[in-house]
Amino acid sequence: MASITPTMEANTKAMDAENLARVTRRPGTWRACSALLRRDFVLAWRRRGELFLPLLYAVIVTALFPFALGPDPELLARIAGGVLLVIVVLAMLPALEAMFRADLEDGTLEQWLLAPQPLALLALTRVIAHWLTTVVPLIIVMPLLGALLNLPVKVLPVLIAALLLATPLLVLLGSVLSALTAGARRSGILLALMLLPLAVPVVIFAAGAIAAAQSGMPYLAPLTWLAAALVLAIVLAPLACAAALRIAVET
Amino acid sequence: MTTPPAPAAPLLSAHRLAFTRNDEPVFGPLDFSLWSGETVLVEGDNGSGKTTLLRVLAGMLPTEGEIRFCGQPASRDSRNGRVLWLGHRTGMNEALSARENLGFLAGLYGTRVGMTAAMAMERVGIGGWIDEPLRALSAGQKKRVGLARLLLLPGDIWLLDEPYANLDRHGIALVNALIAEHCARGGAALVTSHGAVRFADTNARHIHLVA
Repeated sequence: MASITPTMEANTKAMDAENLARVTRRPGTWRACSALLRRDFVLAWRRRGELFLPLLYAVIVTALFPFALGPDPELLARIAGGVLLVIVVLAMLPALEAMFRADLEDGTLEQWLLAPQPLALLALTRVIAHWLTTVVPLIIVMPLLGALLNLPVKVLPVLIAALLLATPLLVLLGSVLSALTAGARRSGILLALMLLPLAVPVVIFAAGAIAAAQSGMPYLAPLTWLAAALVLAIVLAPLACAAALRIAVET
Repeated sequence: MTTPPAPAAPLLSAHRLAFTRNDEPVFGPLDFSLWSGETVLVEGDNGSGKTTLLRVLAGMLPTEGEIRFCGQPASRDSRNGRVLWLGHRTGMNEALSARENLGFLAGLYGTRVGMTAAMAMERVGIGGWIDEPLRALSAGQKKRVGLARLLLLPGDIWLLDEPYANLDRHGIALVNALIAEHCARGGAALVTSHGAVRFADTNARHIHLVA
């Protein structure tokens, strides 16, 4: 090394760096997203007790309604759809707050930011994992909860369809707010205050579909509106979420 | 996406780099470059902006001044996973084991050719702990898992914020050895220290920050 000039030395070192860059393979986006999904599922399984709580909450609240309103099957059947919708939205709220909290605190988000992967896509993957682990179980027990409230059988599929469209939409909206409030202390109430106005239109359209199905009217229009909003949110929310995550890491 | 580095351009260069927080200058303006194979030690007292400087370089804080990677202006593309960051926080989930955490990060960053999580953990001396959840590990062991991450993931620019913290004497020697190996491979490292630990490479350049 002593015999060569400093520039040549720099050149050889730059070539070494080039080699280093070439012999390492960058994982594709798909591989990155599946790694994140797998990690989130393993974590969810480790904390399955926590995931059980929203489910328990939904079952208890549903079971309390007939006691509070009296055993009037007609009344219950009339309100069942709306009640279940609101119960699901409320049961989703506490988990939304924690969507990015742990990752911000332990520095995982810093690693996300530096990774050679699009942050918005990682955010979308997190939303999918969150929805699958915390919301889907709620939708799965819907037939049981519907039975508790004497929900008409013909309404059940519409309720489930409305939930399948409305809940991912809410998780997407919630992901942006969750990222924004991740750094704040006691952000739970803040998140709820910010999310509930956004949730109102979603609930209105979902309830509209359920009410239409209940009275035997066409219910496809409100469901299509929900689907359209969901598509829009899938495209835009991860971008906003990624921007919010950058802010969260900066502060 | 991965343009080969132009020869004779430093891996990382900063020009008039400064950072102000609430109109108070934190550091700078600084001019320096980090060449392949080089280690630069960032020294300064507590609160002098060492961590802030590294976060600015990592793109986690907005910049005043100019940062270039291999001659190209800093952006997500030019950074493109070549910057590895080891901070005070582990960047790993405490409920998962080192194997699961490293596996996930390898999914995001890729791995060095011929390197596995088990080999990296073996190299940093805690191979036996690979399947334990991180919360069962001591602070020094967690730091070593962080070092294993540096070994496993590709990336030629290491930004190490107080890598010696929590480590015993063997750990400090290990950090120095890892940095030396990394530089011999053509990588480069920017290391902060508050000066309590003797740095192995006495020829390393220093950046001194004053509070």
